[in-house]
Amino acid sequence: MSKTLFAPGHTACAGCGQSMAARLVLDAAGPNTIIVNNTGCLEVFSTKYPESCWEVPFIHSLFENAAAVASGVESAIKYLGKADQVNIIAQGGDGSSADIGLQALSGMLERGHNILYVCYDNEAYMNTGVQRSGLTPFDTNTTTSPAGAVSIGNLRPKKPMPEIANAHGIPYVAVASSGFGQDLQRKVKKAISIKGPKYIQVHAPCPLGWRHETNMTLQVAKLAVETGLYPLVEYENGVLSGRRQITPKPVEEYLKVQGRFKHLLNKPEEIRKIQEIADNNIRKYGLKSETQQV
Amino acid sequence: MKELLEGSMAVAEIVRLCKPGVISAYPITPQTHIVEELAQIVADGRLNAQFVNVESEHSAASVVLGAVATGVRAYTATSSQGLFYMAEVLYNIAGMRLPVIMTTAARAISAPINIWNDHQDVVSLRDSGWIQFHAEDIQEAMDLHLIAYRLGEDRSIMLPVMVCMDGFILTHGMETVDMPSQEQVDKFLSPYKAPYKLDVENPLTLGPLVDPEYYMEARFALNKTQEEALALIPKLTAEFAKVFGRTYNGLVEGYQLKDAEKVIVAMGSVCGTIKEVIDELRAKGKKVGLLKVTSLRPFPVNAIYDALKNIPKLAVIDRALSLGSFAPLSAEVKAVFFGKPKQPKNISSFVVGLGGRDITKDSIKEIFRLMNGKDKQAEFIDLKPELLKESYE
Repeated sequence: MSKTLFAPGHTACAGCGQSMAARLVLDAAGPNTIIVNNTGCLEVFSTKYPESCWEVPFIHSLFENAAAVASGVESAIKYLGKADQVNIIAQGGDGSSADIGLQALSGMLERGHNILYVCYDNEAYMNTGVQRSGLTPFDTNTTTSPAGAVSIGNLRPKKPMPEIANAHGIPYVAVASSGFGQDLQRKVKKAISIKGPKYIQVHAPCPLGWRHETNMTLQVAKLAVETGLYPLVEYENGVLSGRRQITPKPVEEYLKVQGRFKHLLNKPEEIRKIQEIADNNIRKYGLKSETQQV
Repeated sequence: MKELLEGSMAVAEIVRLCKPGVISAYPITPQTHIVEELAQIVADGRLNAQFVNVESEHSAASVVLGAVATGVRAYTATSSQGLFYMAEVLYNIAGMRLPVIMTTAARAISAPINIWNDHQDVVSLRDSGWIQFHAEDIQEAMDLHLIAYRLGEDRSIMLPVMVCMDGFILTHGMETVDMPSQEQVDKFLSPYKAPYKLDVENPLTLGPLVDPEYYMEARFALNKTQEEALALIPKLTAEFAKVFGRTYNGLVEGYQLKDAEKVIVAMGSVCGTIKEVIDELRAKGKKVGLLKVTSLRPFPVNAIYDALKNIPKLAVIDRALSLGSFAPLSAEVKAVFFGKPKQPKNISSFVVGLGGRDITKDSIKEIFRLMNGKDKQAEFIDLKPELLKESYE
């Protein structure tokens, strides 16, 4: 096995989907990469002074400004005449990318900086203890969207971040998953080969927040894709250019292995609504395999 | 070369001569003329720089943070609400020891919304870790930018510096200034050499998580460096005088202090008005003087003590409030004398010119007159009592 640029020894939880994805992203990008990171689990578990996992230049400033700091880094690199020699990756979790950092991200995408933005989507504010974010799925039980006598959890579906990124007219947008490592690395390599702003959203299971067994991370990530709830799609210049096709499994298979959906299991009408979200995705992106596989 | 210039044009030209590689800003009155002029300078090819038009002040500060962290000199400018929107990033820039240089067109804070000059925006940021200079006139604003780059980027300091110039009064006022040549500026200011930066040849982790085992030392060091800057500033201004022929103390400036019985302490453009009043009163035999505070941070405790220890009556002018407490500059000036062997008999505190209320020569004369009585605590000058009688009933 070749040496990784994301050194072991960090303090992520067992089964962390984000640490896996971050390592795959960086190793695909290679050593000529500068990482600009929002505040969040990844920054916390990888940079506790005086130690660091990062064997490439790394900067963390604040919760919501990685896209803007990266814009400054990229402008400086351009000024130094090294624009073709260095990859710049800005990254953060779903909260810092889709909520508090959306303005900075939109600015970065609109201005055309040559930066890859990676959003590690674990579908809630995990670093502060599983609070609901704009990317928390419909009906999810989080600490700030709890299920209760008169609530079935999070009221809203996920904010459509890939579409929002696409609406900026950027050259490359992709959705990937910690459960499909080679696909993720291929997308990162493709993204950095394209000049301009790129957005990749990576589904990253969080055993603590999702309340699944720590040895189930890959399986849970795969189920999200295989049910149609997390479509792995790819856009080039705004046009759908790739999708991972599936033989759809019922959403219940994905829901039942996670504590965050436990309150739904005796509510078939709610499961039906979630199945509808998956079915819509399957239709919209043409996810169903033409050749039925066994 | 002597030129008649608007303050914003003069500052933009000085920034050009300092050769920043990255400029980023978001428009806010009355900062706009500075960044518009810099955008034109870049568009005309008179400065090789990346001009990054951002979607907010938060991102403007973040862009220059990223640029300086990559080893490139950077510049930004803002005012008022924009400064407050930047605040989180400004504390972060100082803590990360990145020498960003910024002009602040000092302006009132909302509510009520008001675009005119006072010091509430900049004074509120006094604890951010930034070195904070206050200019009296356009020439001084220009010169303080040159000193700011030298000071902030000094290997022993590595701190951001904010040059405050009074909104409209200095940003939009006209003055004949001495514009230095590129040769002079280059002689005083070398290209930025970052002691630490984002570089793929030498990977570093900047901005790590620091737990209770290490945090206090990082903050202690920041505070210590502010103290050390107090010693370096006069050395740099002496060097500045050799190259440019203008002499500043950089910390404080005394005017007619010798034998003075009543002295006003103030910051910014109001010092010009005070000097005129002093000239008039001196002609009538009144022993009055001024101590101008140029460096609010670091706060020049010893320089203020030495300048004022033998003055019987002091009045401190604030153009900002610390709502619910003493006016901010007055509290700090009083603290200078606590427990010291010598101190003024009276230290009064006056609040003037909030939200652009004109500070006339009469306003200043009124302050000198009021210094005859008992100590005043945050006494408002030029207040209109009739406006305070309105009610909702």
